[in-house]
This record gives sequence, C-alpha cells and structure tokens, in this order.
Amino acid sequence: MTNNPIEGIASAHESEHIEQETGWQRYFFSTDHKVIGIQYLVTTFIFFLIAGLFSMVMRGELVTPESDIVDRPLYNGLFTMHGTMMIFLWIIPTQVGLANYLVPLMIGARDMAFPLLNEIAYWIIPFAGLLLLSSFLLPSGTAQAGWWSYPPVSLQNPSGHVFNGELFWILGIALLGISSIMGGVNFVTTIVKMRAPGMTYFRMPIFVWTVLSAQLLQLFCLPALTGAAILLFLELTLGAPLFNPFKEGSPILYQHLFWFYSHPAVYVMVLPAFGVFSEVIPAFSRKPLFGYRSVALASFGIAIVSTLVWVHHMFASGTPGWMRMLFMLTTMLVAVPTGVKVFAWAATIWNGKLHLQTPMLFALAGVVMFVFAGITGVMLGSTAFDLHVNNTYFVVGHFHYVVYNTITMAIFAAIYYWFPKITGRMYAEGWGKLHFWLTFIGANLTFFPMHPLGLQGMVRRISSYDPQYQSWNIVASIGSFLLGMATLPFIINMVGSTLQGRKVSDNPWHATGLEWTTSSPPPVENFEEIPVVTSAPYGYGKSKAPSPGATDRE
Amino acid sequence: MESPIHPNHLQQPLPQPDGSAHIEDERSKVMFGFTIFLLSESIIFVSFFVTLIALKLTAHQWLPPGVSGPEITTPVIINTVVLLSSSIVIYFAERALERNHLGKFRLLWLTTSAMGAYFLVGEIKEWLGLNFGVSTGLVGATFYLLTGFHGLHVTAGIILQMIMLARSFIPGNYNHGRYGVSAVSLFWHFVDAIWIFVFSLLYLWQAT
Repeated sequence: MTNNPIEGIASAHESEHIEQETGWQRYFFSTDHKVIGIQYLVTTFIFFLIAGLFSMVMRGELVTPESDIVDRPLYNGLFTMHGTMMIFLWIIPTQVGLANYLVPLMIGARDMAFPLLNEIAYWIIPFAGLLLLSSFLLPSGTAQAGWWSYPPVSLQNPSGHVFNGELFWILGIALLGISSIMGGVNFVTTIVKMRAPGMTYFRMPIFVWTVLSAQLLQLFCLPALTGAAILLFLELTLGAPLFNPFKEGSPILYQHLFWFYSHPAVYVMVLPAFGVFSEVIPAFSRKPLFGYRSVALASFGIAIVSTLVWVHHMFASGTPGWMRMLFMLTTMLVAVPTGVKVFAWAATIWNGKLHLQTPMLFALAGVVMFVFAGITGVMLGSTAFDLHVNNTYFVVGHFHYVVYNTITMAIFAAIYYWFPKITGRMYAEGWGKLHFWLTFIGANLTFFPMHPLGLQGMVRRISSYDPQYQSWNIVASIGSFLLGMATLPFIINMVGSTLQGRKVSDNPWHATGLEWTTSSPPPVENFEEIPVVTSAPYGYGKSKAPSPGATDRE
Repeated sequence: MESPIHPNHLQQPLPQPDGSAHIEDERSKVMFGFTIFLLSESIIFVSFFVTLIALKLTAHQWLPPGVSGPEITTPVIINTVVLLSSSIVIYFAERALERNHLGKFRLLWLTTSAMGAYFLVGEIKEWLGLNFGVSTGLVGATFYLLTGFHGLHVTAGIILQMIMLARSFIPGNYNHGRYGVSAVSLFWHFVDAIWIFVFSLLYLWQAT
C-alpha cells in the first residue's frame, strides 16, 4: 500500500465539512446521502401502506355489486388518492431513496453533488404527502378526478370552496415536482461529474445507467406536468378559461401536457427496477450480466423512445387517425429495447448456478410478470384493441402488473439484496420467503382477474357494477387482502433484523460492485480511500476471491 | 487474474496545494447542475408556449368582443430594450469581478437589478392599464400566464442578485471561487432570452 500524499490533502479538506450530527438528530438533519436514502425508504413505505389501505377499502367495496361500504364521492377520492400516492409518494420516491443510497457508493463518490439540496428534496416529500392526506379533512373532501385530474371534471369544484381537494392536489403535485427536479439535478450532476477514477460510463453498473436515464427523463419531461398543474391552478382559482371547452379552451391540450410527462414517468419508475434486476440476477446466477453494453444502451433507448409515445393514452380522445397510427408504431417500438433487457436477463440465468434466496425470488418473479405486463402493453398499444378495452379493468390490470408485479417486486428485491449493506446484518430468510410467496400469490390473485373483467367490459373507477362481474371481483378482493397481509412479515423482518439480525461480513453475497468493497454499513464518507476502477462490472465467475457457491466456469 | 478494483491506488491529477483543483471541481459541478436545472426550467416555458400556440391556432374566437389584446406601445418597447440590455450590463459586471474590480462590479451589478426592477414596474403598469383580465377569454389567460410567470423569474433573479451583492461584502467571499455570481448571471441571461420568446408570441404575433 502506497501511502499517498494526495490523500492527506484531500481528507484534510473533507474534514472541514463533516460535522456529523449524533443521536436522533442524525436522522433529521443529516446531509449524508445514506441517511437521506433511508429516510426516503421509510417515509415512502409508510405512504405505501396508507395508499394500500385505500385500495383495500375499494376492494372491500367491490366485493358486492352494490355500492355499500363507502359513498361515491369518497370512493372517487379513494381511487384518486390511491393512484396519486402510489405513484408520486411510493414508486418514484422509493427508487429515488434507493438511488440516493446506492449511486454514490456504486460510482465511488463520497456523497451526492449537492448534499443540502438532497436534504431539502427529501423533506418536501413528507410535507407534500401530509398536504395531500389532509385534504380528507376539508369540507370539500379530496380531489375526485383520478390521478390524471382531467379537466373539465377536475375543475368542477362541486363544493364551491376556495380551499378544495383539487387545489391541494395541484399544490401537492407541484411540490413533489420541485422535489423531483432537485433530485434530477443532483443525480445527473453526481453521475456525470463525480465518478471515481477509472469509472468510465461503460464501467458503471446498470443500476447507475438506469438511474441516469430515469433522472434525465425527470429533468426534461416532468416540467410539462408542473406547467399543466400551473394551468389547472389558474383555471381553478382565477377562472382563466384555458381548458374550458365552453369558453374556447381545450381539455385535450391538458391531456397532451399531462401525458407528455406521465407516460415517460412510467419509465422513470420502471428503469431503476430494471437496474435492480440487472444487479440481482447476475449476483445470484454467479455469471456476468449478458450483453452489458446492449443493456446499458437499451436504458437510454427506452428513455428516448418513451418520450415519443404519449398519445397512446389518448386514442379515445378524438385523436386523428394519422396520429393514432404514428403513436401506435412508436409504442410498439418500446418493446425492442425492453425486449433486449429481458433476453439479457434470461441469458444471464441460462446455465448459471442459481441461488434462490429472497432477492432472487423477487427479481425472477418480477421479470416473469413483467413479460406478461409487456405483452398486454403491446396489445394496448394497438389502437383497435385499445379502443375496445378503453377505460376498463384491462388497463388497470395491465399497469398494475407493471407498477406492482414488476416495480414493487424489484423494490423488495433491492431492499433484501442491499439490506446487509445498509445494516451490516442479515434479514431472516424464512420470513423473507414467506413475504415473497404471499406477495407473489396475492399480486396475481388481485391483478390477473382484472384482465378478464376488462375484456368482458367492466369499467374502471365505479363503486357499483353489473352482478355478472362479481365472481372475478371476489377473487381480486381476496387477493388484495392477502397482499395487505403480505406486508406484515416484511415489516416484522425489517424491524427485527435491523435490531437483532445476524451480523454478517461486508460482502455476504460475494457480489461485485464498488458498494460491496467498503464496510457494511459504510462509513460517513463511504470509502477510506477513493477507489480506482480498472475493469467492467459483473466480473462474476472470474474473480479469485473466495466465493462459496460461485462456480468457476472457465 | 487481478482483482478488478485497486482501492489503494490513486490516479487523480495532483491537486494544487492551495486547493484550486478542488475549487475548479466545485465550480464545474455547480455550473453543470445549474445549467441542467435551467434547461429543465425552460421546459415549463415551452409547455406554456405550446399551450399558447395551440390555442391561438385553433381557437374560433381568440379575442372576446370588445378586447383588442396586448399592443406594442412605446412603454413596452422601452421595457423590452431595458431588460435585454441588462444582459450586457451583467456581463460586464461579471468581467469586472474576474479582474477583482470589486467596486465596479457592485455598481454594474446593482444597475442590472435596477433595470430588472424598472422592467417589473413597467409591466405592472401595463397590467393595470389593460382592458382584459386573466379570465377574459384565451387572450387574457395566456397573456397573464406568460407575463406573470416570466415576471416571477425576473423577481427571483433580482432577489438572487441582492443576495450575491450582500455576499460581496463578506471578507474573503471569493477565496473559494465566484460561481454563485456566474450562476446568477447565467440565470439572468436565461430570463432575458425567455422574454424574446414571450414578446414574440404575445406582441409580435397578432391574431387576426
């Protein structure tokens, strides 16, 4: 080991601004990216539970064809808040939390580029979440126009109050947008400017590639949603007739602005999930990721194509024929780079020595169910089919296979996989497997029946329905209660293992990647010395490092 | 086979003993981050421009009866000239700081803010004299949307300039670089450039 004189200078400089808080303050006022990452994960999980409870109330309502448990305005409020919270307070920020924890470690940086900005971006999340939830207490009730808040429905304001649920929704979305832009600036700057020496772009783990492409989408598409929210605000509170069709306004314009962000938002959500699959699958197959470069570039391919497909959400909005045709083609084009990834994962598993621990189970199930979601996605991309099932449960089933059965599975895979890194302890494998099987069975029971229901013509967002649909609805409701129960072993496992789990070595999975070269949990500034990277990631099966279970397949 | 990672070996360029490499690092991070932020921010304006263009092209009745829409009056022209030329002033302010002419920097910097404030006052005067409001048809909605949102950015720019001016009185403030000033200056150029689009779309393009 050469004791490098440079290190002296560097560390002397760093020590100026390490004033680590101790005790409870550490969890409130720290700018350490790892603490902020954990704050994100815990906060968003709480919102996940709340929004999950909303869906269980809705599924309870849908057990019988009559509207009996909740009244219709409340039902509207529940599905609006369920969708809004799951997207903007669970899936997107949870993966931001994961990325917050992992990206600096994976690229060999000491922290994010702008630590204070990072902390502010986090603190907006709980505030905006409480703002949204507080709208249940308003005399007007919550927003009721669904998570996409289409005018003219969203602008009707039946209660007549100035402070109504819709206004709170707009403010919440605008705040969360600001938080996401701060995050986007921070992540892109960190990845572009702070990689360790030798960490070229094509040596970055796929997770970093996917975070970079997702955050670029946030930076350049999300402002359209913020713009749309400002326009809604002007019309709702000041009466600017932008979207009012009776005063020359154009409600379709809102749909364009909304989906210009909210379609790429799907890829903001799913790309980091693909990143997690690309980390977990090689580690538990003990093989390098197949086609690393293709997978890395496919992330960018997906990001670029995803900005050109938004009108497929509007096939039934009086969209002209040429536009339908064009966007049908671009939509189907997305299947190409995503297909590249799926084949790469399959080829990685092929002939690998599989270790079916909890993270791998979640990842494998996630990939399999993503293939299903992808197939229904291509079906929906076809205009003729889309018009047939427009606004039915088929659409609901499709996107829940994406957001729950793919992305949430990936999030759980990631939490289990990096749990020993974050805590220095191992989770309980038995509880983890129980959690997996309950989730896997529950998710399919809940979301599969939505496909036949949609094909039969059951419309979404209604609390009462034709009795012929009841049997599949009962199956879906049983599934959703199972899914709710499935979170209990997860919570027990996480709390119990954090406190009393078996202590493990720094790299219990014998995984590659810079994050595994430092101690578990990592020290405040991540690395004793900034590492130098000399090879591509995923060197599984090639290292001489002792790795029980690894096979040398030279 | 070698282990892929050598944590004990450092290949970075040697930082200068005075830490200037570190400052250069910070500067490049801040300017990069700020630039992509501005690019992102410009998408909000683009979404508003698209809104205006789409509505103006498709509306059957852009101007409600009795409303003439925004007109290019002498005050509007003066306002535009003042705002756009403030970009030149702030450029020289930044140059003065680079040459460590602190007094000249403060004078030019303050002049920029004053020109921005003049623009804002002129705009509010214009608003008060118009015969349409934000709820008066599409012309009113889009006019107040664009001028208002742009005006907010001018206000933010002036506030940032005041902060930078106050910080210039802190002894040793520029020992760690002056990228705060560079960032605010970039923001000001951005705000001025946006005005060119706003002016063209609202005033130059007269609906028939």
